[in-house]
Amino acid sequence: MTRSVKTSKPASDPFAGLKDGLPRRTPGEAPALYARHVSKIFGTTKVLDDVTLAVMPGEVHGLLGANGSGKSTFIKTIAGLHDPEPGADLILYGEGAPLPMPAGSARRLGISFVHQHLALMPSLTVLENMLLNDLAVEQNWNIRWGTARRQVAETFERFDIHIDPMTRVADLPQADRALIAICRAFEEVRVNAGAGRGILILDEPTPFLPKSGVDQLFSLIRGVVADGASVILVAHDIDEIREITDRATILRDGKLAGTVTSSEASQEDFIELIVGEKVTMFQSARTLAADKPVTASVRRLNAEVARDVSFDIREGEILGLTGLIGSGFNRVPDAIFGAMKGATGAVEIGGKSLDLGHMHPARAMDNGIAFLPSDRLGKAGVGSLSIAENMALPVMGDFRSLLGIDWQKIHAHVFELGRKYDIRPNRPGQALSSLSGGNAQKVLMAKWLQTGPKLLMLDEPTQGVDVGARQKLFQALDEASRKGTSVLVASTDAEQLAQICHRVLVFSKGHVVSELTGAAITKDNISQETLRAHGDAGETVPTRTQEVA
Amino acid sequence: MTAQNTDMPVVDAPRINIAEVAEKYALVAALVVLFGIFAMLLPNTFFTWANVSTMLGSQSVLVFLTLALIIPLTSGDFDLSVAATLTISAMTLAVLNARLGVALPLAMLGAFAVGGIVGVLNAFFILYFRIPSLIVTLGIGTFLNGLTLWMSNSATIGGIDFALVMGVVGTRLFGIPLAFYYAILMAAVIWYVFGYTSVGRRLLFVGRGREVARLSGIQVDRVRFFSLLSSSLIAALAGILYAGTIGAADPNSGNTFLLPAFAAAFLGATAITPGRFNPVGSVVAVYFIVIGITGLTMLGIQSFVQNLFYGGALVLAVALSQLVRKREEQQVG
Ligand SMILES: Nc1ncnc2c1ncn2[C@@H]1O[C@H](COP(=O)(O)OP(=O)(O)OP(=O)(O)O)[C@@H](O)[C@H]1O
Ligand SMILES: [Mg+2]
Repeated sequence: MTRSVKTSKPASDPFAGLKDGLPRRTPGEAPALYARHVSKIFGTTKVLDDVTLAVMPGEVHGLLGANGSGKSTFIKTIAGLHDPEPGADLILYGEGAPLPMPAGSARRLGISFVHQHLALMPSLTVLENMLLNDLAVEQNWNIRWGTARRQVAETFERFDIHIDPMTRVADLPQADRALIAICRAFEEVRVNAGAGRGILILDEPTPFLPKSGVDQLFSLIRGVVADGASVILVAHDIDEIREITDRATILRDGKLAGTVTSSEASQEDFIELIVGEKVTMFQSARTLAADKPVTASVRRLNAEVARDVSFDIREGEILGLTGLIGSGFNRVPDAIFGAMKGATGAVEIGGKSLDLGHMHPARAMDNGIAFLPSDRLGKAGVGSLSIAENMALPVMGDFRSLLGIDWQKIHAHVFELGRKYDIRPNRPGQALSSLSGGNAQKVLMAKWLQTGPKLLMLDEPTQGVDVGARQKLFQALDEASRKGTSVLVASTDAEQLAQICHRVLVFSKGHVVSELTGAAITKDNISQETLRAHGDAGETVPTRTQEVA
Repeated sequence: MTAQNTDMPVVDAPRINIAEVAEKYALVAALVVLFGIFAMLLPNTFFTWANVSTMLGSQSVLVFLTLALIIPLTSGDFDLSVAATLTISAMTLAVLNARLGVALPLAMLGAFAVGGIVGVLNAFFILYFRIPSLIVTLGIGTFLNGLTLWMSNSATIGGIDFALVMGVVGTRLFGIPLAFYYAILMAAVIWYVFGYTSVGRRLLFVGRGREVARLSGIQVDRVRFFSLLSSSLIAALAGILYAGTIGAADPNSGNTFLLPAFAAAFLGATAITPGRFNPVGSVVAVYFIVIGITGLTMLGIQSFVQNLFYGGALVLAVALSQLVRKREEQQVG
């Protein structure tokens, strides 16, 4: 389906009549957070340009914008991680606050954050991470670990989180990590901010959460704002923004593109404000010519919860794997690529049968398999190295000349790819970590797509990627599949699967319980199947097949 | 997305960024300035060809050792055993050649082989038992020191075949001892490997992100093995050079190279390719340190000043380069 956006103006500001347009609950009420004229320059690029944002007590305020529009930079400036350019000021509950913000004082003022990269230490335990911020700013010569552990356990119970505080964060899946960071921030605000106060700033907390986690988060948010706290929420999912926020501010290229009342702005209004022009939503044809040969056959794959998974993927097919978190669907790519230990089973590819018990990444690559993990800067790319270096890693051999690696050629090649996948800024020499989350993902996707693999496996490929850029990535995947690459996408994002897949396998408790093909692949169908499968998954669930010609 | 595509089709247009150039060449400039100062203060001793060529030749041992260090540092491992490897390699050569009468080429081969054994030992404990390299190489280094003392009865062994001395410092090309050219050659080889081969890339990725490297199909353990092995082998070469430089082997003095080598490695990582351990930066750093120390010594300043200089120069230079990059947190690797 092709949806285009009307060129109408964004929804009018209902508060325009008031003196400053702010939604006051009582006359003369001061905003909880009022940041004015915030600008930030990195090197020679102006990343934030005179951004002003006001959030009232008890308000949930959305912050939207394309990848690289400056959302995280704005938040980091409030957090004191970046110094703003002179001229910025910050007013909290009518009182001036220092900007640049000294380390630790945001927290004392009752502002807590969930940063985009969660700010957790993977090598430490959950307990230590929960206490990290306390330990960082308070002197404590006698940490009572027993008490701390009980407190954290209690907190988890209150938040309905089932994680052992003594596990290492590195051993947890992304969704659990997100929950911990969220829980930590909510708890801090509760403890530090006075009654009826507190500001929670969440930078893209939802992409790693399953639907149930998002609902859980939203009910927590509703709880704190009911008590008078304020929440700033960054998300790329417009449905989520419209569901939970009162108002939303949209940034475009570092400038304020507009502030809207969420309930009055349509999806199209949002997209147009974010992108600045019309966007055509990608939609695959959903059907694949029936005569395509099988590229790879997965046989009796067992990996952690995943049990006895067998399926074929055909040439040029985009096959989605989905299910609730913990249903095992996302272990499948890891197991096939040899990225995890203890998997069993086999994959047949290129006429060979490879034993998954002895699989390792180098062997997988030799057989034309590529894999993009979801942990962007932990597993997929190295932040401190440049875009060019990250991208060139799997294709180094193609750039050997008599004189060794030809860097000029690599940079030219990477620049071309940057244009193709719309990476911004397109500077091959820049460090990967200085890119916005979505742009980093484009780089890493391009890293594997350029190798033209037989089988490309993606784990949550578009988490944190904005609407516009998503369409480009989808087109790139579509193009690769037309050239014969089979694509395996593991994702909880039903909308995305519906946009790109030829076929979707739904998992429950480690088994494939349902298969959707053709016109049956819709967002609603996928969500429904996921939940239904969870509801009645028994030991012997026959695979349900839905097909609508 | 927005229609405007302002990106130029040219790749990295050669825009000269003053701060970047300043950062890259600050150490080179500092070296020139320091040299100038001593040349003015000591025109008859420091600023003579004899002195300059001696500095260039005699310190090639330190250059080798620094180069040995930056390989595992790049791949994320510390090798604290390089100085001990140097010492035991020199001692092996002396014992084989001077005591046991083994022909020089064979004795050199023996010394080189010792380096290989040390490298394999280090790698075995680090990779098989998964012990941090810092601990393993500290232990192995100390163990080697003991071994060296035992081999030599804690005495200096002289009488090494003079051909070695001739081949290292006795022969001059354009007035500079051959040792200098060996060091430059070694640096050039590493520069090439680091910058222009996939092996160099793999080293870097393994050092910066082991998991990323593994999931990109790099055989991480193999890379670390060869990186540790080459470090020990180059340290053994440094030992052979050292024996050739002084014509003898003593069981202790080699160990004093460890700190200067680390200082030079980290100092070198602030120059030429800032933020990365790099061979050219290392060479510049070594000679920066050497000029400082030689000059100060010639001024008649007491020997404790040497340590002040090693330590002070390192911290100051790194601090300066951080100022240039506006105090952004950096990861050296
Ligand atoms: N430390 C840095 N050095 C240089 N440029 C930076 C740095 N941090 C961010 N940038 C640049 O600033 C711009 C804004 O980045 P930011 O992370 O704020 O985007 P974002 O809106 O959060 O995007 P996303 O939705 O992808 O998370 C990007 O172009 C990014 O490359
Ligand atoms: Mg961001």
